[in-house]
Amino acid sequence: MDNDEPLIAALADDLDASFEALVLAHQDRLYSIALRMLGDPRDAEEAAQDGLVRAYRALLGYDAARIRELRLRPWLATIVLNLCRSRLSRRPPPARTALSLDLALPGELEPRVADDRGPAAITATRDAARDWAELLLTLPPAYRSAVVLRHVDGLSYPELAIALDRPEGTVKAQVHRGLALLRTAFEASQRHEREEMTA
Amino acid sequence: MTTDDRTMEAALGRLGVAAPRSLAPGVLAEVGLADRYARFDSPLGPLVVAWNGLGVSAVEAAPDDATFEANHMARTGRAAHPVERVPDRLAAAIARRLDGDRRVRIDLDLRGHSDFERDVWQKALQIPRGEVRPYGWVAAEIGRPKAVRAVGTALGHNPVPLIVPCHRVVRSDGTIGQYSLGGPGNKRTILEAEGLDVPEMERLAASGVRFIGSDTTKILCLPTCRHARRVTDGHRLEFRSMAEGQMRGYRPCLICRPASAAIAA
Repeated sequence: MDNDEPLIAALADDLDASFEALVLAHQDRLYSIALRMLGDPRDAEEAAQDGLVRAYRALLGYDAARIRELRLRPWLATIVLNLCRSRLSRRPPPARTALSLDLALPGELEPRVADDRGPAAITATRDAARDWAELLLTLPPAYRSAVVLRHVDGLSYPELAIALDRPEGTVKAQVHRGLALLRTAFEASQRHEREEMTA
Repeated sequence: MTTDDRTMEAALGRLGVAAPRSLAPGVLAEVGLADRYARFDSPLGPLVVAWNGLGVSAVEAAPDDATFEANHMARTGRAAHPVERVPDRLAAAIARRLDGDRRVRIDLDLRGHSDFERDVWQKALQIPRGEVRPYGWVAAEIGRPKAVRAVGTALGHNPVPLIVPCHRVVRSDGTIGQYSLGGPGNKRTILEAEGLDVPEMERLAASGVRFIGSDTTKILCLPTCRHARRVTDGHRLEFRSMAEGQMRGYRPCLICRPASAAIAA
């Protein structure tokens, strides 16, 4: 999946014959980006689908030379990310905001068994994934998108700079700041959990 | 309790998930690289309709899914995926079109077909419900008066019968002619369902009558034109040719334009 060169060559050669390969190669990552940006699976599927449809229509208008120059991974990420942003901006303001991380915590966090390495480990991992996904959704969208593209999708910093259309230094700072916010949110959730258990 | 960056990054790295199975087919159908299909009820019984993001691509009386999918692949080169039912908007539009509402918009995906075929189908769309026109009329109307046989072939290749009413085109001698959606029997059924008096049309044709005139308006029509059908028996004249009518001072109807049928006849 990391090497899109054969795919890009095929797209430049015959878009209709190779577009399905693009969909199959990129649908999981684009859906994951959308899901981690939006939180809702149905919304995420719509955004990912819409993004791939837009990609096809854009490619229809590109000549072969332009397609060959495409950086497919960041290009597709940008399309889906823009759709996620416009979906987020249409939503009513969330009940919990990033400005009050310490006060308003994700409500669905389940007690984590910190030292459990036994039979419940798989369940714990799944719970942990859900917790991290919840925490990600508390980040302001600008930081959330940087963290999602870098650490969920695995884009490199040069790719991230293309996807977000910012200098590499800026996107690095956004990722670091996003991670710091995430750590704060995580620690606050842990504190909250302990308080609940001793209450 | 704290967490280091590496733990956090590893946790985030596990947040990738597989896309739902419906995503890829949805994308391919939307851009027109694959189709969806479902069954709908018609005066001819249940039919299959296929569509994609560009429009309706097929109407067919396939006995089963496998047959339809194979036919569709052979005809378009595209896969067709079954869905439970036709989307409400499309179903409503098809119902209105079958009901005779020619203004209702139904986008069609006619890629891969010639301009000539599209012209023929476009012309067929202009024939009102309950009326018919000869193949030659279509040929003359699209500016290809000699291409009567090619018009018949194009109508036979109509991928979206009923939606494009190729059943409203009949032979120049007034007999009902071929029909791609299950043969002449079905053509008769659908024309009768649309309110056409088929036996009367055939009776006139068999007796050589090609045009109907009104001695009050002195207007000459094709026999199934709604204006011809309005003429009362006392004022109704039957003509075997345009020339016969014109000799007696009749002018052609502006609605059914019988001259187009006369050129080709």
